[in-house]
Amino acid sequence: MDGNLNALTTIFTEFYYFVTVVFMFLIHVGFCMYEVGASRRRNHMHTLMKNVMIIPLVTVTFFFFGWWIYWAFPDFPFFGGLNHEMGDANLPWSETMGTNLSDRITGVFWAAFLLFSWTAASIVSGAVIERIRSSALWVHAVLIGSVWWIIDAAWGWHYAGWMVKYLGYHDAYASGVIHAIAGGYALGVIMVLGPRIGKFAKDGTPRDIPPHNPWMLTIGIFLIYTGFWGFYAACNVPLISPEVIGGELTGTTWTATNIYLAPTSLSAITFNFLMSLSGGLMAAYVISKGDAFWTFSGGLAGIITASAGNDLYHPIQAMLVAAVGVVIVYKLHYWVERRFKLDDAVGAVAVHGYAGVVGLIISGFVLWGAPSSPFEGYAAVNPIGQTLGAVIMFFGLGFIPAWCVSKLQARAGVLRIPEEVELMGLDYAEHHAYEDAKAEIIEADKAHMAAKATPAE
Amino acid sequence: MSTIGYESWAVDLAEVGAIYPFQGSEVLMTLLGVAFWIGWHRIQFVREGKHLEEAKRTGDPDKVHAQLERY
Repeated sequence: MDGNLNALTTIFTEFYYFVTVVFMFLIHVGFCMYEVGASRRRNHMHTLMKNVMIIPLVTVTFFFFGWWIYWAFPDFPFFGGLNHEMGDANLPWSETMGTNLSDRITGVFWAAFLLFSWTAASIVSGAVIERIRSSALWVHAVLIGSVWWIIDAAWGWHYAGWMVKYLGYHDAYASGVIHAIAGGYALGVIMVLGPRIGKFAKDGTPRDIPPHNPWMLTIGIFLIYTGFWGFYAACNVPLISPEVIGGELTGTTWTATNIYLAPTSLSAITFNFLMSLSGGLMAAYVISKGDAFWTFSGGLAGIITASAGNDLYHPIQAMLVAAVGVVIVYKLHYWVERRFKLDDAVGAVAVHGYAGVVGLIISGFVLWGAPSSPFEGYAAVNPIGQTLGAVIMFFGLGFIPAWCVSKLQARAGVLRIPEEVELMGLDYAEHHAYEDAKAEIIEADKAHMAAKATPAE
Repeated sequence: MSTIGYESWAVDLAEVGAIYPFQGSEVLMTLLGVAFWIGWHRIQFVREGKHLEEAKRTGDPDKVHAQLERY
């Protein structure tokens, strides 16, 4: 860090990412609350544990190989080999992957990406509650969190990714690279996993399985909104000079940029985050006829739909894009549920997957011709590139790998819990000593009270 | 002798890089870490499979009915 300005910029950037990571932790807290609130009492602890253990498993694997994938895969395997120069510096045995006074950015930047990895895995976790084996889900968590999403990030969420160069792919706040892929992945898993017992009547009519605790869901989704705000900030480079970017930008004006090093500002994304949240909430309230949970989820789906272009949209565009997306997502969710008899317990495929896909396609039209990068020779944003990008994210890197791995797990008999256990509840099955002890002490207390009670005269 | 490579902080920080202990053993540490991770999955996988197999037979019908009532 030669020079005070350089030192100040580096330490500001380090602190900036550090704060975003802390905010993003709230996304996981929110997901845990949402999942537990949506599950029935007999599955609480299992549901919670399933999501909590995503944290360490994705963290260590993202350290071991996920972060290397991001730096090594921008062109691999379709447009070149592995980028060893960038990749090697981010291997787990690299000196910069540890306490190192000559590098103050790698740790916080790694963590910012890691929190996205948790989110991707957690999205899948919600769709499969109350019937998946933890061991099966945790394999999927590692795959989506430390392999598939980070490959898509290397391809389409990296200043040198081939999708950006050749397709003009633009996805500033991760409509596709987090949400479409995670939604597609969740769809692949639930298609093999099957619905919960009782979800569909004999004639195929879907039954609602209402959340056991609406308030927990409400707080959960508000925490997700809050963490999502941190996520938006984490998607930016906070302060950088045109000289450092080294692209086609001229002059000496420093700026914040998106992940592609193209200029934007925190002010812009604050406008658009709030307006897309509002558009999503309003549209969802109307389309769901005031259903509380669809309204809350609609806020989230609204932001996700607008996220691809929220670095550049006008706030009113962000609001309208969000509103349109939510209507499509809502209709699509129920159509898929009826048509394919799929049980997406928290609407994750719809809120994340469909919203991400719709958002990418819309942004291709609204941002048609806008530069995807500050570097020369990159394709401009266009509807075909965005649509292809959506297909790659949702199906190529999400649905297909999930379906294949789930099929293997199902064939080996290690995907779904036994029916008997599903009925008695995973908490009873896993914690029956606790449940038995509780029942016993309640009975003992009742017996004691009955023995002490004085008969009424 | 110091495990981190520095015995005092009388240094120019511009010259300082890694300061964690046992520098040079990063590959070994990675192998240990990966073994810990894979081992964890193995232990959990075996334990869960065995547990679910046993749990299939432990359900007292009355207790299962009581669980179903607990929405």
